[in-house]
Amino acid sequence: MTDASRPERPAPPWALLAELTHACPLHCPYCSNPLELARRSSELSTGEWADVLRQAGELGVVHTHLSGGEPLLRPDLADIVAAAEAAGIYTQLVTSGTALDEARLAALTAAGLRSVQLSVQHADARANDRIAGRPSSFAAKEQAAALVRRAGLPLGLNIVLHRDNLDAVGALIELGVAWGADRIELANTQFYGWGLLNRAALLPTRDQVTRAHEAVEDWRTRLAGQVELIWVVPDYFDGVAKPCMGGWGAVSLTVAPDGTVLPCPAAAALPDLAAPNVRDRSLAWIWERSPAFNRFRGTDWMTGPCRGCPRREEDFGGCRCQAYALTGDPARTDPACAFSPDHDLVRRLSEAGPAEPPPPYTYRRPGAAPVAPA
Amino acid sequence: MTAPEREWCPALPPALTLRHDTVRGTDLLVLPERVVVLKGHAGTVLGLCDGTRTVRGIVDALAERFPDAPVATDVPLFLDRLHREGWLR
Repeated sequence: MTDASRPERPAPPWALLAELTHACPLHCPYCSNPLELARRSSELSTGEWADVLRQAGELGVVHTHLSGGEPLLRPDLADIVAAAEAAGIYTQLVTSGTALDEARLAALTAAGLRSVQLSVQHADARANDRIAGRPSSFAAKEQAAALVRRAGLPLGLNIVLHRDNLDAVGALIELGVAWGADRIELANTQFYGWGLLNRAALLPTRDQVTRAHEAVEDWRTRLAGQVELIWVVPDYFDGVAKPCMGGWGAVSLTVAPDGTVLPCPAAAALPDLAAPNVRDRSLAWIWERSPAFNRFRGTDWMTGPCRGCPRREEDFGGCRCQAYALTGDPARTDPACAFSPDHDLVRRLSEAGPAEPPPPYTYRRPGAAPVAPA
Repeated sequence: MTAPEREWCPALPPALTLRHDTVRGTDLLVLPERVVVLKGHAGTVLGLCDGTRTVRGIVDALAERFPDAPVATDVPLFLDRLHREGWLR
């Protein structure tokens, strides 16, 4: 795409997902990190992150999610929080809860940390540790939740749902209430990257999804005004494409540990994206001018049913990474959409039911994923 | 949830931040997973919610600045609505 075809400046971004490191003590089989994890030696320095956050504030970013991997593995995390605070950016820590202690949390809070989101894999401790691929991680999470509440910070739980925990959704909500969560996000697994690699093990039955959704709606009524429940739709089952990222290059950007900037965390897998890097270019150029951020911006790039669809400004054609993962062409309509000519790819999977017995997980570890063909 | 009592001194909960956005030229209320764009003088009203002023005190301060505006009727309703949202305590 040339600059001439897009003379207007895009609206500024609201949010920045900072993947501070891809190192993580957990090995969840649906991890949103790319299959090829960034090495620790390639990570941005404290000073580089501070500069990214300063630029982000000037560009209009209001929120940053300090994530990973496990962001607590960065010994300079409090300095990074302080840099965001200095840039006027609201910080939320997204953590597995391992390696959080009172002194660490106090340092982060003093630096300006506003809120914490904690991942949970299952309401049952043993199942949690099995899915996370880490013994005793459930106990660490329980302790982390208590520390966050004691510090007076808002606590959100982030739970990725799949075949192995959808039947426990009620117990997971009860756990969130018991731990003092203000918000519980129940996100059905998105199948790209590690999730796609483990799809045969993670894909639930339609009945499981239906029952879980009913349970969530029932709890939503009971908890109204106390705890916010978020249900992130299972797009394989709904026949409706999700408005992925609120549109390509429309709302938020992701900065990977090595400084690569992406319109969404999964976009590293797209071919020929020529993802820009903060080590080479300013964040403003990357957001406004880079070919990668303009590639699927707006509606001009759309093909097939999206082009004339009245929903094109609502779902933005769905997810580019899913279109690429399932059809090999990132510019096609998301196959999750019932109007997609490729929708059978998704429907066949959701109707066939899960594999029996479930295959073992390929846990998220450096080198665990098969190498992509050259 | 009960309506705030008369001696209520509204304040933002610690998790919420009121800030001016110079890029977009607007006031914002920033929450853990949400940003509320404040229209009109909503930011001015919230700026007075510092936990020391009663609702009456806020109304008086605004009436002085905006003598022609219906602050005595509109502002308590606005504060009540924000309290019910959990954005004021």
